Amino acid sequence: MMKHTVVAWMEDKPGVLNRVSSLFRRRNFNIESLTVGHSETPGISRMTFVVDGDEHMVDQAVKQLDKLVNITRVENFTARPAVIRELALIRVSAAGSERSEVVQLTDIYRARIVDVALDSLVVEITGPESRINSFINLMSNFGITEMVRTGRIAMTRGVGSVTHTGEVSPGWRPGTNQWTLSNGK
Amino acid sequence: MKLTGAQIVWECLRKEGVDVIFGFPGGAIMPTHDALLQYPEIRHYLVRHEQNAAHAADGYARSTGKVGVTISTSGPGATNLVTGLATAMMDSSPIVSFTGQVPTTLLGNDAFQETDVTGVTLPVTKHNYLVTDVKDLAQTIAEAFYIARSGRPGPVLIDLCKDVQLSETTFEYPEDVRLPGLHLSPVPDSDALAAAAELINEAERPLILAGHGVVLGNASQELLALIEKAEIPVVNTLLGLGCIPHQHPLCLGMGGMHGEFCTNQAIQECDVLIGIGMRFDDRITGRLDEFAPTARVIHFELDEAEIGKNVPVDVPVIGDCKDTLAAILPYVEEQRRPQWMDTIRAWQAETAKREITELEFEDLIPPYVMQQLYETTEGNCFVVSDVGQHQMWEAQYFPHQRPRQLITSGGLGTMGYGVPAAIGAKVGNPDALVWAVVGDGGFQMTMEELGTIMQERVPVKIAIVNNGFLGMVRQWQQLFFDKRYVGTPIMSPDYVKLASAYGIPAISVSERSDVSDAFTEANSADGPFLIEFKVKEEVNVYPMVAPGAAVDQMIRRPEPRVVQGRRGTQPSW
Repeated sequence: MMKHTVVAWMEDKPGVLNRVSSLFRRRNFNIESLTVGHSETPGISRMTFVVDGDEHMVDQAVKQLDKLVNITRVENFTARPAVIRELALIRVSAAGSERSEVVQLTDIYRARIVDVALDSLVVEITGPESRINSFINLMSNFGITEMVRTGRIAMTRGVGSVTHTGEVSPGWRPGTNQWTLSNGK
Repeated sequence: MKLTGAQIVWECLRKEGVDVIFGFPGGAIMPTHDALLQYPEIRHYLVRHEQNAAHAADGYARSTGKVGVTISTSGPGATNLVTGLATAMMDSSPIVSFTGQVPTTLLGNDAFQETDVTGVTLPVTKHNYLVTDVKDLAQTIAEAFYIARSGRPGPVLIDLCKDVQLSETTFEYPEDVRLPGLHLSPVPDSDALAAAAELINEAERPLILAGHGVVLGNASQELLALIEKAEIPVVNTLLGLGCIPHQHPLCLGMGGMHGEFCTNQAIQECDVLIGIGMRFDDRITGRLDEFAPTARVIHFELDEAEIGKNVPVDVPVIGDCKDTLAAILPYVEEQRRPQWMDTIRAWQAETAKREITELEFEDLIPPYVMQQLYETTEGNCFVVSDVGQHQMWEAQYFPHQRPRQLITSGGLGTMGYGVPAAIGAKVGNPDALVWAVVGDGGFQMTMEELGTIMQERVPVKIAIVNNGFLGMVRQWQQLFFDKRYVGTPIMSPDYVKLASAYGIPAISVSERSDVSDAFTEANSADGPFLIEFKVKEEVNVYPMVAPGAAVDQMIRRPEPRVVQGRRGTQPSW
């Protein structure tokens, strides 16, 4: 079993996320995290999700998802060089002398303290999952009273952008059974 | 000129060339039904249950290759469609279903007859829409028809809020539909074609498994050209039956759970297995890890998600099989394979030894009914079967001649499908003879459609194979549950009286000698006709691959040991 990072682009229309989650559920895919938001193109959302499963499961997840009418493209980023990040907000008990230890560790991890209360601190940390996990491990010694994580987002490294269109989108003329391509042919 | 949403629905259907629609009215769809008065060229067939509207549209679509259309109301009118949509989804049948919905102002309020229909039907449709603005309506309908019939076809549902049907806008049917998320059938990949051809050319024992995709893709000619050039025998899936004529020397018949000895033996012994337009369903593969153990697998398939879903594939060939089969032909060498064909002929001869229909005995058995249906029609009819034992006997004993001849619920196995789907097939093919072949169980699920046959004057012929049991389940109970017949004995009404209540001529046949005459009478009758065949009760469908067994580990048809019985010679069952 391995964790696969998959990115999907979808039309920003009502119910699309429902279609995606319904598909994951009925095809029995193990989805560990799912993050969705705007992409560089208006009207197109970009979703990153993590499948916990074998090659067969991720292959099926990619192909079945690609069949949804509102999904314009699906790419498996697992084998590609990619920047993979996650964000977490962690509320840590930090009263008295423990406070300075938490502040110190936060510095070491290049995390930020975003809220301060009498007996606790809220720390914001971004980075690869492993770094966040290790920070959480340390913080749990002080007592984590609340936590939220976004799940992975990913972008490939190097030249070239991966955007929502993989190919020229075809047009279909209703009632005529004829095709037109967007380049006019 | 401004039109109402209701008028726009019919204008769009006219643009799409729709002239029949299967429906049932109700509150939330009333404006649309009302506007139908202005479109006399579109005929509305009133069904007796919305599920049957979907089945009828499905039968219409499968028999004609066109999109079938249904219309029904919100709430129960929409939820009743679900079984029909799921049936069409599993068997890739193009349907567009319109449902009424409460006005946009009441959406989400649990209003009278409100159901979240796009939510309910999401997993059983290829796509669905909720229309809340009349300006989106024409575009939505154009997209729905495109989605339903493009690529791997399937059902699309459009949920129409009542106020959308009533509000007005300028009607313009879009000239162009762009769906960036819907991928077209790709151009056949020449590397894949070359790799597939190399495997085929080097194969000693190649075998084709041809499925519904060949029928849906109208690729029979291309398939024939390939098999005749390279002498490759063909096994069909249930829904692939008829994609090449049964009498073709390379046609072996149906494989899988109720496939003949020769077909399943060929699957297990072949060295290159070529799946075409099929999805390696469990009913065809049996136990997966022992399926075709010596074969390299080539898979011609339009839906990429089917590649490797169940069976590992060595060479996938993605695309519409009409294109890919035509494209591979030049790469494939002309070959004769006398040794392989001799082996297959020997298996066929072994299979024929256990043939039961030719035997002289008195019992009326279902295989004989199927054979006589073929004999009396000379194979010149549509056969729409229901689900169960009779469905398998039809598949085994009616030699299918052409694609689309057999219409049946394969993937979902929907009992009750037969009669309404036959209505759809007859509506789509008014000059053809259409036979619904159904069991006593399935018929009683949708027999209210006799009302549709009566009122709309749809002259379908119905053959009920009545064995007093839900036969397939009974067979499993006999074989795997120590003959504990729980819930399977089923009583029937007097079918002749029932039919006559609807004004449909009917006869009941219980003697073997009367079968042929009954069919002949029904075939030549102008209108609808119903025949009840009271067949021997506890007869099993053989061969049978037990669930979880490899396809060559079959329970074979018993040797026809003819014994002298009280009523003359009898086979031992």
